[in-house]
Amino acid sequence: MTDTETRLQPKKKGLTRRQKRGLSRGIQYAVFVAAVIAFAVAADWDRLQNQFAQADIARQMFPDVITLALKNTVLYTVTGFAVGLALGMLIALMRLSSVGPYRWLAGIYIEIFRGLPALLIFIFIGVAVPLAFPGTEIIGGTYGKVALALGLVAAAYMAETIRAGIQAVPKGQMEAARSLGFSPARAMVSVIIPQAFRIILPPLTNELVLLFKDSSLVLFLGVTLEERELSKYGRDLASTTANSTPILVAGLCYLLITIPLGFVVRRMEAKAQEAVK
Amino acid sequence: MSRPEIRVSGLHKSFGSNEVLRGIDLEIGQGEVVCVIGPSGSGKSTLLRCVNLLEEPTEGQVFVGGTEITDPDVDIDAARRRIGMVFQQFNLFPHLTVTENLTLPQRRVLRRGKAEAAKVAAENLARVGLAEKADAYPSSLSGGQQQRVAIARALAMGPEVMLFDEPTSALDPELVGDVLAVMRMLADEGMTMMVVTHEMTFAREVADRVVFMDGGVIVEDGSPDQVIGRPRHERTRHFLSRLLDPAMAEVEEETSDQVGKGG
Repeated sequence: MTDTETRLQPKKKGLTRRQKRGLSRGIQYAVFVAAVIAFAVAADWDRLQNQFAQADIARQMFPDVITLALKNTVLYTVTGFAVGLALGMLIALMRLSSVGPYRWLAGIYIEIFRGLPALLIFIFIGVAVPLAFPGTEIIGGTYGKVALALGLVAAAYMAETIRAGIQAVPKGQMEAARSLGFSPARAMVSVIIPQAFRIILPPLTNELVLLFKDSSLVLFLGVTLEERELSKYGRDLASTTANSTPILVAGLCYLLITIPLGFVVRRMEAKAQEAVK
Repeated sequence: MSRPEIRVSGLHKSFGSNEVLRGIDLEIGQGEVVCVIGPSGSGKSTLLRCVNLLEEPTEGQVFVGGTEITDPDVDIDAARRRIGMVFQQFNLFPHLTVTENLTLPQRRVLRRGKAEAAKVAAENLARVGLAEKADAYPSSLSGGQQQRVAIARALAMGPEVMLFDEPTSALDPELVGDVLAVMRMLADEGMTMMVVTHEMTFAREVADRVVFMDGGVIVEDGSPDQVIGRPRHERTRHFLSRLLDPAMAEVEEETSDQVGKGG
């Protein structure tokens, strides 16, 4: 009894717990402030501004950076996402199939396309496909190729997300649907998949953000002036003006889309949390 | 008893090496209400789930309304339309409103038109006393209300037989009464019902027959007065004494014939 009492009493020597906590926090703030000051002093702001923040160069990028580059980026992303979603759904269902070869095929696909850098897949689509199937054009030209390449990459990730979502729907839902006379396929479409999508909406939106950035790989397919997206457009302009301001502007354009999307994801996650309660 | 609505003969069911049902023979007549009671692990829920083939029997036959459900060539989806099932966990579709829970199966499975499905849904919601919850989502309802919606959803399909798998076991005690009232109403209307339950008052007052199961077999089968009032078998007496007066039970060794998982 006396033992526990002495242990709970504040020690006479050294800092109390509260004091230690305060000291720890003080150190963290000090490190942060020191790092900011060191960064501000060390960086050559004039040269940075010269190279990255020339207002007149930035001005001459408009409206093309929006009407052409950003438009193409969004177009590539959305079509790639659509292809990825359709293919991902197919692969997820194959992965859950009772037919062995479908499961294996889906597993192999996922392992390969998750393991390869997106860049290699773009090169593969740009070079190997035309070689293998001479004469066949991918529908939609560059746009079709981009949608396919981005879709192939995204499908592997989305298939795993969708599979997890389907498996997260309680077993009782399928049983209830079957006991009402739904066929397995109809139960999947009408009851399970709608619920799975509510579960996986946040990770799917994250995938959209990733694709948005991956769309910059389009330049490895070789694009015409009209087909350039943000990164390529920014780089081209940076070399013609011999100034990096276009890179900064292009970067800001990405954030213009990804930050609101991230906000939407967090909102959806919070809402999903609430729905679970 | 006219022709049996449900007939189970020689039913066996194993999960791996675990034999949960060890030869069940049971007939339930049209309009009959049969309560199945027994300790957890006795196989009573498995038996119920075999009747609409949610569990595939290892051996034996199940007939519902003259159709052999266990025939591999039977259209099981068509057969299940005639068998309503109510689950312990309600299993409402959480992404749909109460009305949509009732109309979706009618439209997708029975191919009813929009107006007809809505009309049938409204009628059945009124029957279970939840007409005013038509536009609510399941998550906003109490357990008792959700279970009544689940019953209405099964009824909207126009079943000839209703199966209840411990329909009140997941409910707070004060909500049990509303669900039992709906089931009593169905029984009075002449619905053929097979009810796995621990509600002895319901079994005694509403059931035409009570079946006591233990260790994967039917131990006793008779009128409620006989099975609950004057049980012939020691196992039945033991089970009932524990159920009716749980505080009086004494610590005892686990017996080896406690079979398998879940009721």
